[in-house]
Amino acid sequence: MKLLTCPVNGPRNITEFQYLGPVREASTEQPEQLIEGLFYAENPLGVMREWWRHTPSNTVLIAERHTVSDEIVATYLPNRKPA
Amino acid sequence: MPLSLLKYGLRARHVSFRDIPSTPELKRSYDVVIIGGGGHGLAAAYYLSNVHGIRNVAVLEKGYLAGGNTARNTTTIRSNYMTEESVRFYKEGVELFETMSRDLGFNVMFSQRGQLTLAHSEATMRSFHLRAEMGKHMGTRIEVADVQTVKALCPHLNLDLGGQHEVMGGLWHADGGTARHDAVAWGYAKHASRRGVEIHQRTEVTGFELAGGRVTHVRTNRGTIAAGQVLQAVGGLNGQVAAMAGIRLPIRCFPLQAMVTQPLKPFLDILVSSANLHTYLVQSSRGEVVIGGGSDPYQLASTRSTLDQKEHLAEGALHLFPFLHKVKLLRQWAGITDMTPDYSPIMGASPLRNYWLDCGWGTWGFKATPVAGKRMAETIATGRVPDVLQPFDLRRFDSFALLNEMGATAASH
Repeated sequence: MKLLTCPVNGPRNITEFQYLGPVREASTEQPEQLIEGLFYAENPLGVMREWWRHTPSNTVLIAERHTVSDEIVATYLPNRKPA
Repeated sequence: MPLSLLKYGLRARHVSFRDIPSTPELKRSYDVVIIGGGGHGLAAAYYLSNVHGIRNVAVLEKGYLAGGNTARNTTTIRSNYMTEESVRFYKEGVELFETMSRDLGFNVMFSQRGQLTLAHSEATMRSFHLRAEMGKHMGTRIEVADVQTVKALCPHLNLDLGGQHEVMGGLWHADGGTARHDAVAWGYAKHASRRGVEIHQRTEVTGFELAGGRVTHVRTNRGTIAAGQVLQAVGGLNGQVAAMAGIRLPIRCFPLQAMVTQPLKPFLDILVSSANLHTYLVQSSRGEVVIGGGSDPYQLASTRSTLDQKEHLAEGALHLFPFLHKVKLLRQWAGITDMTPDYSPIMGASPLRNYWLDCGWGTWGFKATPVAGKRMAETIATGRVPDVLQPFDLRRFDSFALLNEMGATAASH
């Protein structure tokens, strides 16, 4: 089983988490970014920042994960990125 | 035929032949460069060379012939989609499969055994009525089946699922079937190369040279070539290759996992799928039960398999056929699917004048191999996108003219 480290609850099975998609550059609240924000999501080959949720504790977090090797580089609470 | 075969067998010296020639040297220039030597690219090469008389064509394949998603799909062929635009397009694809073995002189083992999709809720039944009416309107063989009909079509099916999500009915699509995926690609490759198309394996595109809104040259690991027109059909790497040409695509990559069991005696003569369980099964002509389509829950560009998805697929399969519980799995694999926001492909023009897209085939690309190849070849040969492809234009996302087909696929998304 693959593990993902929740910043609150520590390492947990990745099946306990819900994937909420990439952290988006474009905002759907800006009219000129609407189409970009709705349809053109980030899809890099490499490390991507993305939203996850630990379902049992409802902890929303950010993970930095490599999209080819599936290696999870870092996880942290939003706005609390470690230096 | 038997007499000529006997004469051939008694002859002392046999002339050996290869269906697909080995990779030649790259020429300096081609009328058409096709990026991607999978089913779609090879089908386009076939129609360009055999129908439109365009023979100075190179197919560039990074790995080996048809080794990407053409080799990894679960070979379902059907046209039971939701929207009029999709049904019209996929219906043409099914019809091309019906005559393919004869057209190519190559046995693609097309087996039109029919597909049964199961409903476990009233909501799914309502969507089946919608799809059935659309399919009938478009002239495909499709109807809503009640539980008795489901039982008659597939007597071994476990209908009550232990009291939870019992089968309430189904969508019977008599046009559905399967074919041998490798043979489809090989058949097209054989006839394309006979007409002069060059197939370059282990030839990776590394970049493009652009001028005046056109691609002038394609850079590869074996040298740079001039290109009159370019077709891109590279499956899971569509986003990356398009980005090299400066084109952004609305694509996210997810692995789709599947598996097969050990060979069993024939018991399943139709394709069975369940939208609610996100599982579909088909018994191959070797007797193996092919079980698909679990999409990974998060974005990834890797073809590794996971135990989680194996358990998920096995759970669905055992709900439907509990007697499979002691059957062993022989193989598991994954392909990288290039998913679009509306679960429909992107075909036709790109922002560059001589660069054509055959992308966004996600989890639904194999069935479209002949029709996408035929219609993309027509596009390249005439310079005009045919009506049947117009709805799939990349610009539909700018105008919110989406073609939502999310409900018409049994793979989990």
